[in-house]
Amino acid sequence: MAPQPPKYSTVSIPYTLHDRIEKMISKKTGFKSVSDYVTYVLREVVAMHESKEVPEPFTVKDVEEIKSRLKALGYL
Amino acid sequence: MAPAPHGGRLVQIAQIEASPEKTKELSENLKVVISNETRVAIFNISNGILSPLSGFMSFNDYENVLDSMRLSDDTPWTIPLLLHVPEDFKAGTGDEITLVNQADGSPTAVVSFEESFSISKREYAKKVFGTEDEAHPGVAKIYSMSSKVVSGSIRAVSKFPLNATFERFTLTPKETRILFQEKGWKDIIAFQTRNAPHIGHEYVQKTALAFADGIFINPVLGKKKQGDFKDEAILSAYQALVSNYYPKNSVVLSVLHYEMQYAGPREAIMHAIMRKNFGCTHIAIGRDHAGVGNYYGPYAAHEIFKEFPDLGITALFFREFFYCNKCMGIANEKICPHPESERLTFSGTKLRKMFLSGERPPKEFMRPEVSEVILKMKDAFVE
Ligand SMILES: [Zn+2]
Repeated sequence: MAPQPPKYSTVSIPYTLHDRIEKMISKKTGFKSVSDYVTYVLREVVAMHESKEVPEPFTVKDVEEIKSRLKALGYL
Repeated sequence: MAPAPHGGRLVQIAQIEASPEKTKELSENLKVVISNETRVAIFNISNGILSPLSGFMSFNDYENVLDSMRLSDDTPWTIPLLLHVPEDFKAGTGDEITLVNQADGSPTAVVSFEESFSISKREYAKKVFGTEDEAHPGVAKIYSMSSKVVSGSIRAVSKFPLNATFERFTLTPKETRILFQEKGWKDIIAFQTRNAPHIGHEYVQKTALAFADGIFINPVLGKKKQGDFKDEAILSAYQALVSNYYPKNSVVLSVLHYEMQYAGPREAIMHAIMRKNFGCTHIAIGRDHAGVGNYYGPYAAHEIFKEFPDLGITALFFREFFYCNKCMGIANEKICPHPESERLTFSGTKLRKMFLSGERPPKEFMRPEVSEVILKMKDAFVE
């Protein structure tokens, strides 16, 4: 089998920020490390940006067709 | 606006009408016989309920899901979706595989072969279910499967109703998204259930509804354990509850065809993902969600959500409700200071015993209209 690609990459953040995070998470936040915390926060922020760019997954024609099925079934 | 589909796109796979020519053409492909559970998964993939999956998982995705509870592109995903094939199955690049329904031999879907690999069933059991105990129904099931699996995207699906009896109660994510939009709902609570509703369920739903525009009650239909309510009983009981006790236009009741995995916390995340694809913004998570026996802590499914800040649907956590004599009403640990002796807990086992002996549960336990529907049925439970 081919060797597994590494699962983690290194990102540089200022030491001042690193220390600030370390200090904060030491107060029972549930985060085990600065990396855990940074990963958590980035996922939250990235997901927020990504979801803004997604249009509704249907066309005007879809809406008309589906509305008539929903009416026939008594949902509308 | 409804949340974006999971992974950013709502998967839609064309459903093709069956015809003798098509069947002949498909019979020339490699064949794999599939269980009803896989057939249901294909139906769900083709309608976007399992977006962004558009087929069966690759090794990369599989491994990431086991180890990190995410697909290989970082999208949250907690339970693998695999196509098990016989150990001696062989396919090569460019092959198309026709998936054939076990029950009647009809072609269900065509998969473009990508790769095959073997899984360790023990590793699967340990990581997904947190146990290797064969008494766990999910573990027993994975142990009974072949360890060889095939990945590939689903190219086409035959047009088939999963269960004609419930077709008019089966909505797709596209339909629910348009329905919620037409109703003007913005905050929508999903409620997952595999039971006929007692008062405790109603309180969870109504507590959540008090802060939202609507509730999407989405009972799971499909294979059940012995002693569970039958699909017909669950649906009829909910119809009775909704028509008698909910404000008009506050509920959408539609079913989900799905086989429970009993994977507790990991499955709670999958339940949330499916409801996000239906367009829900929130999901109610109760005590021992998707659990079985004593394999998971009662609130383990609450804890796991903390690991997914990017899930895109918000979980609302509920403690168990009960009837308290002193409070003179429904309460839970957070609002009732009284001892256990004053409380009537809503136990499924107790309910089943009452129904089986033809007894009507007290009205503090279940709405009379709901009990009535169940008592009228000849056999409301799976034997
Ligand atoms: Zn009380």
